[in-house]
Amino acid sequence: MGVSKSITKKPVLKSEAHHDHNHDHNQSFITKYIFSEDHKVIAKQFLISGIFWAIIGGALSSLFRIQLGFPDLDLTALSPIIGNWLTPQGKIDPEVYLALITMHGTIMVFFVLTAGLSGTFSNFLIPLQVGARDMASGFLNMLSYWFFFISSIIMFASIFTEGGPASGGWTIYPPLSALPQAVSGSGLGMTLWLISMAFFIVSALLGALNYITTVINLRTEGMTFFRMPLTIWAFFVTAILGVLSFPVLLSAVLLLIMDRSFGTSFYLSDIYIAGEALSNQGGSAILFQHLFWFLGHPEVYIVILPSLGITSEIIATCSRKPIFGYRAMVYSIFGIGALSFVVWAHHMFISGMNPFLGSVFTILTLIIAVPSAIKAFNYIATLWRGNIIFTPAMLFSIGLVSFFISGGLTGLFLGNSVVDINLHDTYFVVAHFHIVMGSASFFGLFAGVYHWFPKMFGRMMNNTLGYVHFWVTFIGAYLVFFPLHYIGIAGFPRRYYSFTNFETGRIESFIDLNTFVSFAAILTFAAQFLFLFNFFYSMYRGRKASSNPWRSNTLEWTTPVEPGHGNWPGEIPKVHRWPYDYSKPRSKDDFIPQHVPLSQTKESNLPEDETR
Amino acid sequence: MNIFLGLIIVLSLIAIFLFFRSSEILNITKKRISTSFEDENNNFNALSGVIFLIISIIGILWYSYDQFDNYFLPMASEHAPEIEVLFWTTTAITFTVFILTQIVMFYFGYKYRFNQKRKAQFYPDNHKLEIIWTVIPAIVLVGLIGWGLVKWNKIMGPPPEDAEVIEVVGYQFAWASRYPGPDNTLGRSNYKLIDVENIVGIDFSDSSSLDDFMPREIYIPKGKPVVFKIRARDVIHSVYLPYMRSQMNAVPGMPTQMWFIPSKTTEEMRQETGNENFNYEIVCNKICGRAHFSMKHTVVVVEEWEYIKWKNSQQSWIEKNPDYYSNFVKNNSTDVAVLND
Repeated sequence: MGVSKSITKKPVLKSEAHHDHNHDHNQSFITKYIFSEDHKVIAKQFLISGIFWAIIGGALSSLFRIQLGFPDLDLTALSPIIGNWLTPQGKIDPEVYLALITMHGTIMVFFVLTAGLSGTFSNFLIPLQVGARDMASGFLNMLSYWFFFISSIIMFASIFTEGGPASGGWTIYPPLSALPQAVSGSGLGMTLWLISMAFFIVSALLGALNYITTVINLRTEGMTFFRMPLTIWAFFVTAILGVLSFPVLLSAVLLLIMDRSFGTSFYLSDIYIAGEALSNQGGSAILFQHLFWFLGHPEVYIVILPSLGITSEIIATCSRKPIFGYRAMVYSIFGIGALSFVVWAHHMFISGMNPFLGSVFTILTLIIAVPSAIKAFNYIATLWRGNIIFTPAMLFSIGLVSFFISGGLTGLFLGNSVVDINLHDTYFVVAHFHIVMGSASFFGLFAGVYHWFPKMFGRMMNNTLGYVHFWVTFIGAYLVFFPLHYIGIAGFPRRYYSFTNFETGRIESFIDLNTFVSFAAILTFAAQFLFLFNFFYSMYRGRKASSNPWRSNTLEWTTPVEPGHGNWPGEIPKVHRWPYDYSKPRSKDDFIPQHVPLSQTKESNLPEDETR
Repeated sequence: MNIFLGLIIVLSLIAIFLFFRSSEILNITKKRISTSFEDENNNFNALSGVIFLIISIIGILWYSYDQFDNYFLPMASEHAPEIEVLFWTTTAITFTVFILTQIVMFYFGYKYRFNQKRKAQFYPDNHKLEIIWTVIPAIVLVGLIGWGLVKWNKIMGPPPEDAEVIEVVGYQFAWASRYPGPDNTLGRSNYKLIDVENIVGIDFSDSSSLDDFMPREIYIPKGKPVVFKIRARDVIHSVYLPYMRSQMNAVPGMPTQMWFIPSKTTEEMRQETGNENFNYEIVCNKICGRAHFSMKHTVVVVEEWEYIKWKNSQQSWIEKNPDYYSNFVKNNSTDVAVLND
């Protein structure tokens, strides 16, 4: 392997190795926990913020599921909390409903599954797993969190504005999002949404540039690219996707700000609204959709790839087997990453764009199913003849694979333009992306927390609670999202406040099913408090962790139980092998960590170890 | 139903509480310090996966069979069966893959659960196997893509010459329609001419506008191609006809179109569904604001002879609004169509 050999010779910064980071710098509380430059602390900041946002996002979804599942329920009892969101009859106001779904989507996609997921695990694991003292730039990394924090504050504040938060759907298509006359959420709420996203993009870029630089430049001696754990590969490609696609969202957002506040006509043309013909002409509403989805589709993979990386690592560790087809896994991450940039217009098959474009994007979209299929099959092959330990993390990883398959398969319907004609913007789409990107990524997030909790906090989480949390969430998520396929096939549009006015004679079709789904959704949301309890309780009262509780191979488990700033007290360990030497024939343990030289394991060495 | 739901809540709460307490007590009594991987929990989780799988498959198959008539809409356009054949073929393929992969995965989870006496097999790759499961999906996908594109090009391609042309305009929160009238040509329109009466902005300086009419409901003939020329006044809307399997966005500033051949009259559909109030409706399928959920418009499909009769009985817009037109003539006297004739 010519590539890996040349990379092996890469010089390592010698000064790094001599720098002793074990002393704690006498930091004050503020520099240690608030404006910290330690990647581990920043990771925890992202995690806690992500958890906060996930609770908000989940609570919002419970509210609109009440409206969909129990449309006659009088919510006056909730008026102390959500008072001015209710109509005099005690129901959720139709515009508030739209605001709820918009904020739910925005929060979950960006604040939880982008910042909360990548922010936590890329930050936490990249230096630890490649063998670096910290990120390439601790300062920019700190800025990344605080830009995210500012963005969070602005987005959170927007919920409480007079006209309510943005309510044009998380995709904020103009003209709806551009014209305050069109919906009240397009006033101040939308302005704040756009400003918040601008800060969010800055944060995402600072983070991603750091991840990329760290992976390329700060790998420890012997850590060739093809000795990196799949987690790192996934975070690396995710960061590249972010750097290339988020700026496009920024331009889309800036043009929208111009249209809203400075009278330009990038997206607006020939509009008559609120009794007045606007002077805007020559703009294109479709342009925004192209720009938005140029980020939006890679964003889907920004959300799912880190979870796939985390899962790869956990499935191998807990099956006590090397991940099946490591190289194929790496190439498929790249394949997915590259293809994710050329499939965006499958969100726009019936937007009015030229049908020929639809043909092109159908072909490109369905091609992306191939690397995805490879990943799914390789996970299953990894389980084959393993010795599987069902830790909560492992359960969530298997749950992820299950969701990835079921949600991925429905992509074959939506990606095929002609089938999409009838399914577009129906509940089928809602089912599809909530399973493949929502549930699957969330499960990756949970798996990661359960698996690396001992490294983050030096204590173990309660396994039994973890099992209960998993089974309720896994079954619950399927009960919530699987039935939506049927509602979608029946042609029920998404983003409908109510179906009482929908097609005569079809009101009754899914009342029971919608009630059932809402019930499952609220129960599943409630079950997350088991996790929260377990998380915070274990942080202080959990069983003390050993330094390598899962008997894993990767470098983070060679650090002390609670690593200080700088991660390793002495020198950074050198890497001598790939991270998947589990259950090697003739080896006395069923795992050989990456820092163990081949010379110490003569009995189990294989000819191909020289090139791995 | 409510009692049933309540029971589930109570039971699950009790179950969760008992589970947590018993595990705490067990942990205290056993004083487990080190992590022992092989225990009853591992078997429980492995087995639960299999049970979950069996129950879900039965549930899915039962619901899909039992509720078929509820979620599968009757088809009312000539291209609908073509889409549905592809849809159900895709369903057959994906459902098979779904079932097989999930069975294999949860079965492996059970079969290869941890056992102290066993060691996992070191099996890092198998290129042949990987090539097989790369190539087979690729071939299947090529088939689905090819099939899909042939149909896509047909359905989205240009409408036949003899298609009935109808303009459909979406606005918050209703639809309007305009027929070209006896001259079979839709008159020009301009969004700056829109007002409370002239809601689609018909430009009467174009002589072909004069016979255009705007009915309360859209009538279309069975068995004849119909093309909707779609516009939007304010924000994006979407013309969605679920029974026709037809959909197209309505975009302000960018006219779009869709065409189809209705294959069942409203009357026939009323008999088929057993619902005497049945009506085809354009439903809005792109989020457009407060009343998005109730933005709809009735479409009546009739036999061709009825359609012709109906069309001949319609009054043109200016016949219905003579004052508006005379004002228009007054204000635009230099370039009014009538004078040009």
